[in-house]
Amino acid sequence: MALSSVLQSESADFSFNNDRSFSFGCRFGQTNLGFGAAPGDRLNFAIKASLGPDDKDGPERKIEFLHGTTTLAFKCWINFSVAERNHQRTASKATNFSSQEQLALLNQPAIPFVIIPQFQHGVIVAVDSRATAGAYIASQTVKKVIEINPYLLGTMAGGAADCSFWERLLARQCRVYELRNKERISVAAASKLLANMVYQYKGMGLSMGTMVCGWDKRGPGLYYVDSEGNRVCGDLFAVGSGSMYAYGVVDSGLRQDLSVEEACELGRRAIYQATYRDAYSGGQVNLYHVHSEGWTRVSQEDVLKLHHQYQEPKK
Amino acid sequence: MAMSYDRAITVFSPDGHLFQVEYAQEAVKKGSTAVGVRGKNVVVLGVEKKTVAKLQDDRTVRKICALDDNVFMAFAGLTADARIVVNRARVECQSHRLTVEDPVTVEYITRFISSIKQRYTQSSGRRPFGISSLIVGFDFDGTPHLYQTDPSGTYHAWKANAIGRSAKTVREFLEKNYKEEHMESDTDTIKLAIRALLEVVQSGGKNIELAIMKRDESMKILVQEEIEEYVTAIEKEKEEAEKQKKKT
Repeated sequence: MALSSVLQSESADFSFNNDRSFSFGCRFGQTNLGFGAAPGDRLNFAIKASLGPDDKDGPERKIEFLHGTTTLAFKCWINFSVAERNHQRTASKATNFSSQEQLALLNQPAIPFVIIPQFQHGVIVAVDSRATAGAYIASQTVKKVIEINPYLLGTMAGGAADCSFWERLLARQCRVYELRNKERISVAAASKLLANMVYQYKGMGLSMGTMVCGWDKRGPGLYYVDSEGNRVCGDLFAVGSGSMYAYGVVDSGLRQDLSVEEACELGRRAIYQATYRDAYSGGQVNLYHVHSEGWTRVSQEDVLKLHHQYQEPKK
Repeated sequence: MAMSYDRAITVFSPDGHLFQVEYAQEAVKKGSTAVGVRGKNVVVLGVEKKTVAKLQDDRTVRKICALDDNVFMAFAGLTADARIVVNRARVECQSHRLTVEDPVTVEYITRFISSIKQRYTQSSGRRPFGISSLIVGFDFDGTPHLYQTDPSGTYHAWKANAIGRSAKTVREFLEKNYKEEHMESDTDTIKLAIRALLEVVQSGGKNIELAIMKRDESMKILVQEEIEEYVTAIEKEKEEAEKQKKKT
């Protein structure tokens, strides 16, 4: 592969056959890949700098790719609608409702009136698309969102091979579950399957930090699963080197009553700001929205275009 | 003749029978009767309790076992075999909760039990389980289910069924007396199960063990007094029905 030969000449350090798979980041001390790996497949390359006694983060240091990513996912509350059961009037969004209108409707005793809160949560998933190997930008067009099935998404951070392999394996398990039990697998169960699969290889050098996002009968689901065996449920996660910048933007902009477009814009802005400051994130912003019907790909926008879009008004 | 084909479980006979499995079903027919009824909001399992010797503590002879908070089962046949199956099913219920973070559906655990039973019809050196079981419960979404498994490893869903001794008589009774509308009421469902058992049980309420489960509640084994209440109510209804008949 072209990449490996380029790296060979610069700061990378190889110790075995390196013409096989490569990960998007640099790793060192990678041991046996587990099942199916032939001895010749071992890939060991590391940046010279890390050969020093640079052990502050311990195992985290291995996952170089985390230094070259920003992935972000958060659950959002979409405004609720008010509906009158026995009337033709269609549901209107809460944002268009003034409090007086609401009161007026309540004070009409003749009309039987029911508020059906329809909390349509969703999950917004936003990722960048840059892959780096040290200071070298390997690619600006990486797909970091893996479509497990029409209603489950997985994001990718860490070793690309690990992420895509295990998530494809997860897709297979999910499908078998669906066929056996005649109903879709829940997000909790899917993330649990993934976590259990990689836990068996704990300590063997897998590198994967993924968010499993989907919609099941309990509503939207968002789980963070990584190769250390962590599995956490949450409303908001950002993973990667640019995650801190993304957290800053999302935390300040997240509200209970965001519309879908506003939430998407928030995700987009968060990733853009992360790519602005973090050298290892960039490329395009890929945005997905997971709702009750499944996931939809909202947009893919180049960061430079977003830069002009956001900086323009300031001038 | 048939003798040479029932040695090994894994061998078919020329006319397509697995004799060991069929003999296992015979063993089931010798077991005490169990009846199951699926109502709309309650599921009921009743078993015939064999008269217990004077010195025996009858609490150890439980034929209705809870598999999880939302599923329980009764069986007919070899009690020892049933103990193994129940144990495995209980572990599987918890495993399922661990990996999928949801309680089992009745269909799932029935399928699991049936595949255990089927495995034993296809491996050498082992004999099939000599039990049929009735598995009842509610799914996570609230639908009630009643399934029956047999030694061959097949399972079917039923609205009401009976297994064990005189199962045929009881099933015919159920077919005659099962009415959809009655299933709306909990008491009617329970009464149907008791009436069905009373057909074949020797001496009335004393020899009946009954367990019910209402939606979102755990299994409840009725005490003797409660069963007696139902039995007296049933007998009264029977008298009234006879009086009506005499009048017309």
